[in-house]
Amino acid sequence: MFENLSEKFDKAFKILKGQGKITEINVAETLKEVRKALIDADVSYAIAKEFCDTVKQKALGKNVLTSLEPGQLMVKLVQDELAELMGGETQDINIKGSPSIILIAGLQGSGKTTFSAKLANYLKTKKGKSVLLTAGDVYRPAAINQLQVLGEQIGVEVYTEDSKDPVQIAKNAVQRAKDKGINIVIVDTAGRLAIDEDMMNEIAAVKAAINPQETLFVVDSMTGQDAVNTAKAFNERLDYNGVVLTKLDGDTRGGAALTIKHIVRKPIKFVGIGEKMDALDIFHPERMASRILGMGDIVSLVERAQEQYDEEEARKLSKKIKTNEFDFNDFLNQINQIKKMGNIKDLMGMIPGVGKMMKGIDINEDAFKGIEAIIGSMTPFERENPLKIDGSRRKRISRGSGTSIEDVNRLLKQFEETRKAMKMMSGGGNKLNALKNLKRR
Amino acid sequence: MGFFSFFTKDKKETLDKGLEKTKINVFSRLSKAIVGKSKVDEEVLDNLEQILVESDVGVETTLKIIQRIEVRIAKDKYLGTSELNMILKEEIAELLQENSIDERENFSFPNSSEPYVIMVVGVNGVGKTTTIGKLAYQFNQAGKKVILGAADTFRAAAVDQLTIWAERVGVEIVSQGMNADPASVAFDTLKSAVAKKADVVIIDTAGRLHNKVGLMNELSKIRNVMKKVIPNAPNEVLLVLDASTGQNAIEQAKQFTAATDVNALALTKLDGTAKGGVVIGISDQFKIPVRYIGLGEKMEDLQLFNRKAFVDSLFE
Ligand SMILES: Nc1nc2c(ncn2[C@@H]2O[C@H](COP(=O)(O)OP(=O)(O)OP(=O)(O)O)[C@@H](O)[C@H]2O)c(=O)[nH]1
Ligand SMILES: Nc1nc2c(ncn2[C@@H]2O[C@H](COP(=O)(O)OP(=O)(O)O)[C@@H](O)[C@H]2O)c(=O)[nH]1
Ligand SMILES: [Mg+2]
Ligand SMILES: [Mg+2]
Repeated sequence: MFENLSEKFDKAFKILKGQGKITEINVAETLKEVRKALIDADVSYAIAKEFCDTVKQKALGKNVLTSLEPGQLMVKLVQDELAELMGGETQDINIKGSPSIILIAGLQGSGKTTFSAKLANYLKTKKGKSVLLTAGDVYRPAAINQLQVLGEQIGVEVYTEDSKDPVQIAKNAVQRAKDKGINIVIVDTAGRLAIDEDMMNEIAAVKAAINPQETLFVVDSMTGQDAVNTAKAFNERLDYNGVVLTKLDGDTRGGAALTIKHIVRKPIKFVGIGEKMDALDIFHPERMASRILGMGDIVSLVERAQEQYDEEEARKLSKKIKTNEFDFNDFLNQINQIKKMGNIKDLMGMIPGVGKMMKGIDINEDAFKGIEAIIGSMTPFERENPLKIDGSRRKRISRGSGTSIEDVNRLLKQFEETRKAMKMMSGGGNKLNALKNLKRR
Repeated sequence: MGFFSFFTKDKKETLDKGLEKTKINVFSRLSKAIVGKSKVDEEVLDNLEQILVESDVGVETTLKIIQRIEVRIAKDKYLGTSELNMILKEEIAELLQENSIDERENFSFPNSSEPYVIMVVGVNGVGKTTTIGKLAYQFNQAGKKVILGAADTFRAAAVDQLTIWAERVGVEIVSQGMNADPASVAFDTLKSAVAKKADVVIIDTAGRLHNKVGLMNELSKIRNVMKKVIPNAPNEVLLVLDASTGQNAIEQAKQFTAATDVNALALTKLDGTAKGGVVIGISDQFKIPVRYIGLGEKMEDLQLFNRKAFVDSLFE
């Protein structure tokens, strides 16, 4: 339904193709597409417009630069401009106080509680600090339990009270940290709407009472045009120090990040990339810029691959490859590993340029289904001895898996090729290459 | 005002209040856009485009609406700004009506000798559990016997959360605690519902992002297991969407539908977002009815979605 952004850019830049010089008219045409693409990525309408105006000015100023193709020049301009907007240095969290107090705020369901616990875990394990989590959501059913469970998981104390007064709870938590010499207090709060006066007053009062070094605004990266209003309203009341962008493990382009950055001029300090306690990352402006543009995010891809990469397994695999023992069981394992990394289309889309190539090619998850069915119909002997799978075995496998004999033949051939290629690389266990081979039909 | 015949005054007030911000936003701006003008021209349409896009209607649907208005201008030769309001309302209403789908007049479901099974799905934090609590309240009020199934066994304290809702509303809940197999919980819940002759079963599930293959497969599995108890189950696969979500909501609708044959949508947190426009975009692009809208955190804050009433309230 929504075309890939980079494809839109290509379309836009095609208008410029073959024209050595950038003129007002073709720049305007191009930027219209750019604007549409940004809006599809959930960048605020007004900001998308402003952005395009800026790029336009810069482009027109450059019309002497005829050595470059206009299309390329525009790509560069757009990219640079966006990176600059997203950018600034990555700013670390301020934990200088004693105790250092961190207040967490945001809309309902944005990911505050999960982030509070992730942050506690990060400060504990990466910075060697003692942390006290504070359950300040006295409204949502089981909100306190939720934080307690997470605290237990990461081995961090959680301060709770029966009181229904978040201001009092926060104050008492800080006092407890002081008494016990705990380094950092993180205060989780209930989700609230920016238009809910009472609730906004409440969190402002919490802030005033405990005077935190850091107030962090937690926002769902899937947020749409409303990001403008919420980010602004929370900022007006809390003047927060930084933003946390959650659920970036999804496939949203995350244009809200650009909107928020532009509106409040506060750094994005962390991103949430999963539900587990270690699924936290610092913010990378350039990566976010290319994500919004749909230009691919090769760094994240490699990181995700590494995340799933089990050293031990890899060593075993490498040995198997060298001795040509790599069999269908290993192959299946690899497929499962790749699947764990996420949606295939999504992964491929992270590779610059590939997103465009893949348009129209239907790489859905079913890409593996046939392969899995075929392997599933092999006997243990066959899985371990791919070369022994003769004609009659092939026939049986195709019947058993409900695929055609051609499918089985193709897979066996592909498997042999992959095996050879892997042996040649001999570094072994490189999922990305295995993936590439698989796709190259 | 005939559209509101089935709304009690109270309900209408909640809806109006929930949409207040949207209304103020759209209308103050729309009137600004046409001030000093008697005729709908290019500039007015540009402004309209901006207003719609900023309500998360989405580029595609916005252009569709604008095009329809352009066609009307071409046909009628002249369109005064005073008529724009009315026409806009008509056009959007019509767009929403194109997918003519059964709209329900109250919290009811087709009668059957077997329990009516609702499976609730969606990405993390959209409001699934809360919506279940609200639905249970409505069905309970209507005198139906309700059983909830705590199949979110993953998120910390998710079972506790649903249990509190069950107590609050006064309905039964089946659970196997945290980390249990969600399909097994669903199976148990349906068994128990059949044995106890419940009228309606609502199954909570863990939030999951639609691009996670393993988790989406798990949903299909939960769905299929239920059929072993009641062949027609689930009767309703309800996808919950957060109204403040941008264009990603459309991808969510697409992927969840692929995995679980979603046949109804709930749109939550409409009390908070300044735009209700995502409803228009989604209704335009999917043949799945928006059945419920969430307008707050209390158990009464759920309403049946009615296109006419919705557009009416928006453009009153
Ligand atoms: N996939 C993914 N899920 C996340 C991430 N961060 C939080 N979640 C999930 O999002 C849902 C809501 O998270 P919570 O931490 O409960 O959000 P909250 O803001 O405290 O919610 P309320 O207290 O209900 O307002 C849960 O299901 C979390 O597991 C993330 O980075 N990625
Ligand atoms: N303002 C408002 N908040 C809601 C609404 N529906 C749910 N919420 C809140 O959103 C948050 C997440 O809801 P929850 O039901 O736990 O979401 P789940 O993770 O999808 O089950 C909670 O804080 C709810 O109170 C609504 O319609 N309006
Ligand atoms: Mg919370
Ligand atoms: Mg839930």
